[in-house]
Amino acid sequence: MGLGVEAVFGDSVVTTKLDKAVNWGRSYSLWPMAFGTACCGIEFMSAAAAKHDISRFGAEVVRFSPRQADLMIVAGTISYKQAPVLKKIYDQMCEPKWVISMGACASSGGFYDNYTTLQGIDEIIPVDEYISGCPPRPEAIFDAIIKIQEKAQSDSIVKDRITDFKGILDV
Amino acid sequence: MFKADMVVKPEDLKATILKLKNEEGYNLLLDVTATDYLAHHEKPENRFALIYILRDKTFQKSITIKTFLPNDKLEIDTISDLYYSANWGERETYDQYGIKFIGHPNLKRVLNHHQFVGHPLRKDYIITQGQICTETESLMDEMTPLMTSKGYSKEDLEEVMYLNIGPSHPASHGTIRNFVALEGETIRGCVTEIGYLHRGFEKSCENHNYNQIIPYTDRLNYCSAILNNIGFSKAVEDMLQIDITDRAKFIRVIIGELSRITDHLVCNAANMVDMGGLTNFWYLFAPRDKAYDLFSKLTGARLTNTYTRIGGLEFDLYDGFAEDLEDVLKDVEQAMEDALSLVAHNKIFQDRTQDVGIITKELAISGGITGPNLRATGIDYDMRKSNPYYYYDTFDFDVVVGSHGDVYDRIMCRFEEMVQSIRIIRQAMKQLPGGPINVDMPSIIMPDKKDVYGNIEGLMNQFKLVMDGVKVPQGEFYGATEAANGELGFYIVSDGSGTPYKVKCRPPSYYALAAYPKIVENTMIADAVITMASMNFIAGEFDR
Repeated sequence: MGLGVEAVFGDSVVTTKLDKAVNWGRSYSLWPMAFGTACCGIEFMSAAAAKHDISRFGAEVVRFSPRQADLMIVAGTISYKQAPVLKKIYDQMCEPKWVISMGACASSGGFYDNYTTLQGIDEIIPVDEYISGCPPRPEAIFDAIIKIQEKAQSDSIVKDRITDFKGILDV
Repeated sequence: MFKADMVVKPEDLKATILKLKNEEGYNLLLDVTATDYLAHHEKPENRFALIYILRDKTFQKSITIKTFLPNDKLEIDTISDLYYSANWGERETYDQYGIKFIGHPNLKRVLNHHQFVGHPLRKDYIITQGQICTETESLMDEMTPLMTSKGYSKEDLEEVMYLNIGPSHPASHGTIRNFVALEGETIRGCVTEIGYLHRGFEKSCENHNYNQIIPYTDRLNYCSAILNNIGFSKAVEDMLQIDITDRAKFIRVIIGELSRITDHLVCNAANMVDMGGLTNFWYLFAPRDKAYDLFSKLTGARLTNTYTRIGGLEFDLYDGFAEDLEDVLKDVEQAMEDALSLVAHNKIFQDRTQDVGIITKELAISGGITGPNLRATGIDYDMRKSNPYYYYDTFDFDVVVGSHGDVYDRIMCRFEEMVQSIRIIRQAMKQLPGGPINVDMPSIIMPDKKDVYGNIEGLMNQFKLVMDGVKVPQGEFYGATEAANGELGFYIVSDGSGTPYKVKCRPPSYYALAAYPKIVENTMIADAVITMASMNFIAGEFDR
């Protein structure tokens, strides 16, 4: 290993729970799928850029393919027209997966209480963390990511996290 | 009272527009929209009126033409054969108001989804009545006729590969769906579908008072929110016929130009990411973040600033603003130098962008494309020069034009426009006058808090403004400014109350996007991607 630990431990064996080891890996290398639709998407870009630097939290590997990602960040307003697309992409993500609803629009429709805007993405898909703000500051995004990291510590590697969710597009 | 410049009979409309186009050079169709007079207190005999807004070849004159439609015949001849931009303009009017355009090549919904029933901007449509969409449409109903018109037979079409680029695709920088027909990697046909970020801006406007609409305008082009604030506030102020203070004008110029810089930074940075140049993204986003810190200090928000008010501004500049601003400008200059040193003489970059995604002058004018996308083709239309407002005519700056209208020209135009914006900002800071930032009119500007708590007049004034809003005299008016993407217009109908009867935004990138399928035809997919990025389509703006 070259870290010098072998000198300390010798031939001894370190034991841990598989859950613990896997969760440790998962929580500090979340791969976000940025579902950016609007203003929040621009702020997510700020969070990823040099100054705020999302890689400090191990989440800089932004994937635009849902199959390669485990953290969906819904950044922006979701209209009724967009809703089936969002659901399709969520369904394509492999377990385990987490969802952050970023900003007022994704969380509740925001100040778009009208004929075209979905009043919160939790009508379609389950959400783990909501971020307030319109748009939220990059620091708030990191706060949510840290919360997800904490949640991921106590998950099981054999059971699906959410099994009983039923949204308006589930038939 | 502001009225439409011309009111014609529906049967004369097409002939009138044709005459204006051929004889007086009105060859830029800016917008098409309608008004539903169902809830208007004057109760005109005809419920629907159509409005066409045109601009002439000198770009200095605009004209609004209005026609009332008979209640039993909500249809009119299309003018999409005269102007390319009428195609989507009329589609939107059909979608939102249910007015049919006879002879339109593809009259279907554009903003609302295909399962939507009714027309939301009609006054009898309840604003909160949402309609669930269960699946995305296939778009083959548009693709097959398009390909057939290009001479593809049924057997040929079986050989063609169809591909969806978007609506959730990193290259779309938002929510555009391009459905393309491919031969190899060459696009033979493209159908663009939008509406995935339609958030009901216009309907929301009809339910809020004028100052409450300013936050909604932030979210049109969210990369340069303040330019939208200015565009809307200026249109309303022009309707009120008030002249804001010189200090307010100068601050609007300074902050507006800084917004233009952040907008162009985002566009160019993202464009070069699509080309694989991630380093440029880091270089260009760093000063942008600094500019956001400045906005945050000044307005309280990084992105959605809501900085203007009808009649002035929310806050005056803070102490130390000048130093902060200069700091940002220096960083922008440095970042541009860094980024350009990577690409300006880079053979790969040049081969990748030159003669790619060409917009011809003819298509640009016919398609209603404005802003940097138009200027890159070599046409020097910039509202700051042709229709100067806020003392733009006294600043020394150049209109940046390109020569080929390709991706390279658009990127370089944006870089150079940032240089010009910096020039304007520095001049404006030197001449910045003192004095108040708001007009001295109690019917428009909120009173000081000490008056609200200290005397009954102040309290009443505050109460009236909160409850009724700023009352705008009855009339209809089209006002436009040069936003980051081009001519941003607001067509406002007021019935004399504090809430607009109708607001129509003329979003520059809506019309640019309408022309996009034509631009990318017979180009490669990879070129279509950078063409899309170079035209700076902002979903909040074209979908509203």
